[in-house]
Amino acid sequence: MIKAILIFNNHGKPRLSKFYEHYSEDTEQQIIRETFHLVSKRDENVCNFLEGGMLIGGSENKLICRHYATLYFVFCVDSSESELGILDLIQVFVETLDKCFENVCELDLIFHVDKVHNILAEMVMGGMVLETNMNEIITQVDAQNKMEKSEAGIAGAPARAVSAVKNMNLPEMPRNINIGDISIKVPNLLSFK
Amino acid sequence: MALKIVKGSIDRMFDKNLQDLVRGIRNHKEDEAKYISTCIDEIKQELKQDNIAVKSNAVCKLTYLQMLGYDVSWAAFNIVEVMSSSKFTYKRIGYLAASQCFHESTDVIMLTTNQIRKDLSSPNQYDTGVALTGLSCFVTPDLARDLANDIMTLMSHTKPYIRKKAVLIMYKVFLKYPESLRPAFPRMKEKLEDPDPGVQSAAVNVICELARRNPKNYLSLAPLFFKLMTSSTNNWVLIKIIKLFGALTPLEPRLGKKLIEPLTNLIHSTSAMSLLYECVNTVIAVLISLSSGMPNHSASIQLCVQKLRILIEDSDQNLKYLGLLAMSKILKTHPKSVQSHKDLILQCLDDKDESIRLRALDLLYGMVSKKNLMEIVKKLMLHVDKAEGTTYRDELLTKIIDICSQSNYQYITNFEWYISILVELTRLEGTRHGHLIASQMLDVAIRVKAIRAFAVAQMATLLDNAHLLTGNTQHSGICEVLYAAAWICGEFSEHLEDPMATLEAMLRPKVATLPGHIQAVYVQNAAKLFSTVLCSQEGAPADSKVAQETSQLLIDRLPVFVQSDNLEVQERASCILQLVKYIQKLQQKDVEVAEEVTALFAGELNPVAPKAQKKVPVPEGLDLDAWINEPPSGSESEDEGRKTKGKAVFAKEESRHTKPRYTEVDEKELAKRREVRKAEQANNPFYIKASPSSQKVYQEAVGVEHIPVVQIDLSVPLKVPGMPMSDQYVKLEEERREKNKADRKKKDKKKRREKGRQRRGDSGPESEEDITPAHMVDIVTEEMPENALPSDDDDKDPNDPHKALNIDLDKPLADSEKKLPVRTHRPDEVLKSPIEDVEGLEVTSEPKKKSGKEKKDKERKKGKEKKKKKHKQEEGEDLMEAGSEEPVQSKVTNDVAAQPPASTPEEAAAVTDDPPASTPDAGSGVAAVVPDSEPEETKSSKHKKKKQKKEKDKKKKHHHHHHSDGVREESVQNGTVEDEEPLPPMSNYALLAENSYIKMVCDIQGNLHDGSQVVVSVIFENKCDSFIKSMEFNVMDSLNSKLQRPEGAGPHDSLTVPFHLPPGISNEARFIFSVQSIVMPQKLKGTLTFIVKTEDSSTHEKLDFKLHFTCTSYLITTPCYSDAYAKLLESGDLKGSSLKLEGINQPFHHLLARICFHHHFSVVERIDSCASMYSRSIQGHHVCLLVKTADQTVSIDAKCDEPGLLRNVLDEIKLTFSQC
Repeated sequence: MIKAILIFNNHGKPRLSKFYEHYSEDTEQQIIRETFHLVSKRDENVCNFLEGGMLIGGSENKLICRHYATLYFVFCVDSSESELGILDLIQVFVETLDKCFENVCELDLIFHVDKVHNILAEMVMGGMVLETNMNEIITQVDAQNKMEKSEAGIAGAPARAVSAVKNMNLPEMPRNINIGDISIKVPNLLSFK
Repeated sequence: MALKIVKGSIDRMFDKNLQDLVRGIRNHKEDEAKYISTCIDEIKQELKQDNIAVKSNAVCKLTYLQMLGYDVSWAAFNIVEVMSSSKFTYKRIGYLAASQCFHESTDVIMLTTNQIRKDLSSPNQYDTGVALTGLSCFVTPDLARDLANDIMTLMSHTKPYIRKKAVLIMYKVFLKYPESLRPAFPRMKEKLEDPDPGVQSAAVNVICELARRNPKNYLSLAPLFFKLMTSSTNNWVLIKIIKLFGALTPLEPRLGKKLIEPLTNLIHSTSAMSLLYECVNTVIAVLISLSSGMPNHSASIQLCVQKLRILIEDSDQNLKYLGLLAMSKILKTHPKSVQSHKDLILQCLDDKDESIRLRALDLLYGMVSKKNLMEIVKKLMLHVDKAEGTTYRDELLTKIIDICSQSNYQYITNFEWYISILVELTRLEGTRHGHLIASQMLDVAIRVKAIRAFAVAQMATLLDNAHLLTGNTQHSGICEVLYAAAWICGEFSEHLEDPMATLEAMLRPKVATLPGHIQAVYVQNAAKLFSTVLCSQEGAPADSKVAQETSQLLIDRLPVFVQSDNLEVQERASCILQLVKYIQKLQQKDVEVAEEVTALFAGELNPVAPKAQKKVPVPEGLDLDAWINEPPSGSESEDEGRKTKGKAVFAKEESRHTKPRYTEVDEKELAKRREVRKAEQANNPFYIKASPSSQKVYQEAVGVEHIPVVQIDLSVPLKVPGMPMSDQYVKLEEERREKNKADRKKKDKKKRREKGRQRRGDSGPESEEDITPAHMVDIVTEEMPENALPSDDDDKDPNDPHKALNIDLDKPLADSEKKLPVRTHRPDEVLKSPIEDVEGLEVTSEPKKKSGKEKKDKERKKGKEKKKKKHKQEEGEDLMEAGSEEPVQSKVTNDVAAQPPASTPEEAAAVTDDPPASTPDAGSGVAAVVPDSEPEETKSSKHKKKKQKKEKDKKKKHHHHHHSDGVREESVQNGTVEDEEPLPPMSNYALLAENSYIKMVCDIQGNLHDGSQVVVSVIFENKCDSFIKSMEFNVMDSLNSKLQRPEGAGPHDSLTVPFHLPPGISNEARFIFSVQSIVMPQKLKGTLTFIVKTEDSSTHEKLDFKLHFTCTSYLITTPCYSDAYAKLLESGDLKGSSLKLEGINQPFHHLLARICFHHHFSVVERIDSCASMYSRSIQGHHVCLLVKTADQTVSIDAKCDEPGLLRNVLDEIKLTFSQC
């Protein structure tokens, strides 16, 4: 079982948090902070597994994390998950994000956390891995987005126009956080089919 | 209207959307909280509007704020509103919000039931999908109960997208509503073979998750998973299954044997590291579960260790970490194979990655032996010095202590060395583990009597240098060791060189800065030292000055402690002060007081086992909660109250009694009280009586004479400049061992010369046993109450939700459970045993397909299942049989691709009849095996059960699902019925041919799927010291039977055996033969050619053999219902034949088991000494037997539709029994 999925940036600011067990908001923040502390003090080239922290950890759980540019992707899992498998899953997740957002960067995650949730929902459900095939995930996400668009119809047009205008100034912020090193070391790991 | 909508949306575009909110927060970095609170106010306004678009926008923003840590539960109702929007866009927002912030105690959740149900049945698959996803995060017991049926229906949805989500969410439903597990399980099992790989993977996921918690209930699925494992190509699925097998094998070692080979193949073939790693892990689990059962599993261990070494040596830190992790699992059972990699692991201690260092430390823990302990600890001590960061250093410290103290100090040969290590550790600055070191010091000093003198000397030094420890930081935990030091010096003061000096050290004014509990120990032990000093002085009355000086010292120094703000210190100090003053008075009158003073502290302390108190059984008829006396109403009864408390903390009770003794010196009074107390204790059922050894209280200095005398060379200076002390002991110890070794050698030589016999020189490494401890180590074992209960359930968490899912899934569903109970509300808190609950509940959903016959069976069965006890036991066994036999069989169905693991005939025998069956049903257990794993399986288990129940007398109708506990006791009680002795081991592997190089044994089995095929499994065993390779197997085909060769091969070409054989190894290969007629037995001539490769030469060798296809080998064990059996006999199509066997003196159930095992029959019914049996040939002939026994004579009446076949089968049965 996956207990939680966290994404935060180099400064510990949460970009996505998904807990598959209930915690109070305060505890959740504490867990994010604690996890950030554990993860951020590690060197670049050490292993991606950590024995869990105090709160969400417990002896059975492990943190599996990957660092992409400015973002940390952390999965907290128990012993029934394969460590290397989850590492691959993170890779699939990031690649899917990259496809869905076309060159994903931290800003995409900042402004469209709901979309990230929707993509994640097609991969992991209730703490269990639902789908690992990237094409299948993208197909389902696209189909749902299409539905959303068709529902908006005419009534949605003005809002879309306005938000397009509002977003015009977005690109002036540096889109520097490309997950360019997408082919980051994944030695020998077969991508899942 | 349309205008209104457009206007509304124009208004809306000036509302903040999520992006605006995020942007706003980013622009208000300084006053973020303030900005957000205004935003929340806005959101509250928006939520009040009717427009659903506005509401959903607000909810969307709330979801973001929730992530930032704001509580948004106040908007729960609005979230439900948005969830129930008809538009997918809004619905999705609503469900997302709900999944982020709803939980079991959210009260609006109960409003959602109908909405969710509606969404689940929506024609739009994405509505359903979104609802399922949301529900998976916030499902409650009520929701689970109400929606279980709807979700179950979705498991058969046409769209795989929905199916896989429905399958996954069922796990959450099971957790919240365990009653649904049994009814839903058959469908879950079906999904394992769903055409869509995603659904299949989801089902595997769920079942693995379930099985991990309660593995024994899922053993019967093993064949199915085995099939999946050999057929699936999806790595996720494979990993899950392999992990699951890892959980199952400890319960069923036979499964493990089947697994080793396919897993080994995967290890060799896969390129995915994740899969490789999991395979290695499971192989390790298998090996652990087999531990000693298999002689040639060393090859597998070697393979694992090799692969892991590759992982550890890899530059990828992840692989390194996992390699170490897996290595530590091997270590537990096969320490030897890991120990050879000590170098590698020590190397990992230098890794820059802390996780890896910690893992390596874990490994070291298991790698120590008497021989290398000192060396390893020395290395660790070096690391302690080097380590940066206190966490890692603390970790090292605890590991050092763990390593040394493991299994009762098993590996320590020299406790002087250990004490000095502990003393060295106290020099660590800023460690948190002072108490750990302290408890080790105490433990060693108390339990190793021989070391006390040395320990006391060391502790005295420590006390003397206390300022070094407490120097800068008083709050550092290290001063805890002073607690131990003071206590040891006081308690074992008779070993002190100079008690006076130590006493002085303990009463320095600086002590008053120590934590209170340590001061208290100081004061108390100062008194003990005082008594020792008095004792030593009184022998020489001429010099009473020293004694008086000591009294004076105490009287001078104690007042500091009397003024302590710590109550404990104050109380002890003032008591002792008064006592000493009184003693001083007596001293001035030249009265001898030493004896009385010593009596205060006489008696020996014995270590008590942990949890000893807990393990004392509550005497019968005692209610611990009942008041013994009326509840205390005033101060009068306080004493009583305390006594009751005393039973829980009797240790404290003791000390309470000792305290007043300091002030009252009236020995008579004391003795009187002691007598009273003793009498009271003797009559007090709560008081735990001391074991005889500790009853020697008041025998002065008990056991001092018995302490083995240790020669401690104190002339060795305790500290050598530039060399840590422990190193010295390492050196001394090495010298000692050298000397011992030399002595031994001398002795050996002498012996050898005397006997004049040549022996191989003992140049080999020193074995563990050779190392004798430095001195007689007398570890006092911990005391346990005499009638302690063995209890191992201490660690189980009663709140584990998975406990409720411990449900027997093999038991056939009762009619009433076929469907999920719905709409019946459970009584609030009562969580009844699931099945009782289900049976009592009303039923409403689609009926399950089921043949009328089965139903009838079940009804009949219901009437009959009665005798509860027996029934219970049966079930336990049944479960085992069902789970264990099937994998054995499944190998037959998976043809050559799934070769069984390498095993010798003996093991193969063990595989099939491992648990010595002790019931009359043993035969049926072995026989009534379903060769295929699919739906038949449930049928057969039903069938079996029915049969068993029929045989049983009838008594009571009652299901019991948690039978595991009862089983053991029950079988004892049933001894009168089940007194038949266990079966001797049997094997179907017959010797095929043998020469000095190689031995072949074979087993022939029919192929269930193809009526014209038999599978011959041949085990090749290399008997020589050389490598055997290029084995080629060939058989001269007859008209009737032909060896199946790969396409393109000529009819006389030989088949290459797909493996080589290193010396002493055996492996199994399978060959398929096609046969036409099965009426007659057949013999085929064949040849095996192979190359024997020695170091410098290789020779071609040849071995001829004759394959014997008996008619039995064409039979396949097939279960049969008794009514079907009756019909078959009535039909009159069968021709009869009979057989009489004389002089059979084996028990009837053995006889049946033999027929079942060797001739592939199954028992249909057994009544006393008469049984009907059934089997089927690969071409569909029915073979029925009626076996009767009376006074060593067995008569078999047989019927078959092919008389030729029957005759031959009977001849073979006869042969079987003439051989044994």
